[in-house]
Amino acid sequence: MSVLVYTENWDGKFKKLSFELVSYAAAVAKMMNTSVTALSIGNVSDDELKTLGKYGAVKILSAGNEFLSVLDSQAYSAVISEAALKENASVIIISNNNTGKALAPRISVRLKAGVGSGVSRLPVNISPFTVYKRAYSGNAYAHVVIKSDIKILTLAQNSFDIAETPGDAVIEKISTGADASLVKTRVKDVKKQTGKMLLTDADLVVSGGRGMKSPDNWAPLEELAEALGAATACSRPVSDEGWRPHEEHTGQTGKIIAPNLYIAVGISGATQHLAGVSSSKYIVAINSDKDAPIFEAAQYGIVGDAMKVLPQLVTAAKELKK
Amino acid sequence: MKILVCISNVPDTTTKIKIAEGSASIDTAGIQWVINPWDELSLTRALELKDDQATGVKSVTVAHAGPASSEPTIRKALAIGADDAIRVNTEAADAWYVAFQLAEVIRKEQYDIVMCGIESSDFNGSLVGGMIAEFLGIPSVSAVSSINFEEGKPVITRDIDGGREITEVDAPFVAIVQKGIAKEPRIAAMRGIMMARTKPIRVYEPVAADTLTQIVSLEKPAQRAACRFIDAANPAELINILRNEAKVI
Repeated sequence: MSVLVYTENWDGKFKKLSFELVSYAAAVAKMMNTSVTALSIGNVSDDELKTLGKYGAVKILSAGNEFLSVLDSQAYSAVISEAALKENASVIIISNNNTGKALAPRISVRLKAGVGSGVSRLPVNISPFTVYKRAYSGNAYAHVVIKSDIKILTLAQNSFDIAETPGDAVIEKISTGADASLVKTRVKDVKKQTGKMLLTDADLVVSGGRGMKSPDNWAPLEELAEALGAATACSRPVSDEGWRPHEEHTGQTGKIIAPNLYIAVGISGATQHLAGVSSSKYIVAINSDKDAPIFEAAQYGIVGDAMKVLPQLVTAAKELKK
Repeated sequence: MKILVCISNVPDTTTKIKIAEGSASIDTAGIQWVINPWDELSLTRALELKDDQATGVKSVTVAHAGPASSEPTIRKALAIGADDAIRVNTEAADAWYVAFQLAEVIRKEQYDIVMCGIESSDFNGSLVGGMIAEFLGIPSVSAVSSINFEEGKPVITRDIDGGREITEVDAPFVAIVQKGIAKEPRIAAMRGIMMARTKPIRVYEPVAADTLTQIVSLEKPAQRAACRFIDAANPAELINILRNEAKVI
């Protein structure tokens, strides 16, 4: 028995979410009295692989086949399923990001493994295996029993604290039985988002809504984000209007995020918007309407004109960094 | 080329969810049921592709696994413009069960592109689309934000973590779509509503399938503490609080 965690790297470097995933896997393994095997796909150096040991992995499987350079969900899920069987895994842990959402359902079918998707805390119980997850887009929470022998959990990003544990991991290079014929998608072009912080990875987010009044008013909001080291986001009407790119749209139908701090500027706080941000540790609302529902979700609020408040926040935030 | 759009029947997204004490389901009294928002966008894009004759898309079918009480939602999809519909006459027990039923029907009827929303707004599982693809042994492309045709072949943009990828894939495949796929959901016109009344809904009885998960209880999220207001004349105080009290910056 073991807990298998699928880690993600970007150009050979592990993403922060991988450390979060391994930390989570270590905590699940402890509940089950077993150990963590981490799986890495792609070209990652041994030194980098070793870092996973710091977060509780005792074994690291590294699959470096050339055909895996394309993230094809059929091929990747075949490799992960194969590793899970080899390790006799009873729990498989994957991120609930785009990659995880592509892979978890396919692995589920391959292994007949029930999925607890988007979990944000440890299982409530090991027997019966019960997880606690959001439902109705955050308007409810459900206790879900996973009945299958193998369980898959997809972990919501930024929901579990990274924890270092002393320990060393052994690296094992594996060559998969899967082959290039499984790769059915052909990548024509990749547009990497560069220079900007990824919204789903960000600890701090500054977000603008229709109350910003015009796309030309975004400069102070971006300045505040820069001064705080935050990512920028927006509400649905703003992305629908084309004021901001759709990648920035947070809310029920956009990105679902859980940063430590979410600053909502000129966002009224409709149910659909809150569905995407309600897991934030702190919500700050800046809105000229004191009755806006966003203030019911926020811990801190300023009733005022964003165009007057933002520049003062920028000055104060810059002051901090000095 | 035939497109199938899988639709889920969910409470209107503005619904205030009520849960009876100790219950494993929501109180459905007074709820307006709608097409899951991502599925509605999928349907819109599918119809746009059909409207453009250069794509070779000949028909758009919607499929749903659910009881007869969900037919008004299916009729809505037909009114928006789908040509016909499939309903698997069953309760949607869990993602595995639903995907199994839909895969079974797709195997019988054969579609070139199957479109599914990236999640449903009720159980937020993000599972059914990928499961259907694996049951059928066909490719799936996830987090799709655009589908176009170039020289008769589908070209797909998908969001990857940290960017976008332009991908080609041969039919049949499953496209799991997200925000961006269509600008706004298409709305049914009066003519569409009239025509929907006579469009066919094919009803299939379910096949035997397992469920792997079960909801044992539902609860409302914990209430947050009341908002603390900071004087708009002194926003710097907010920065001070975030640094020294909340300790998040």
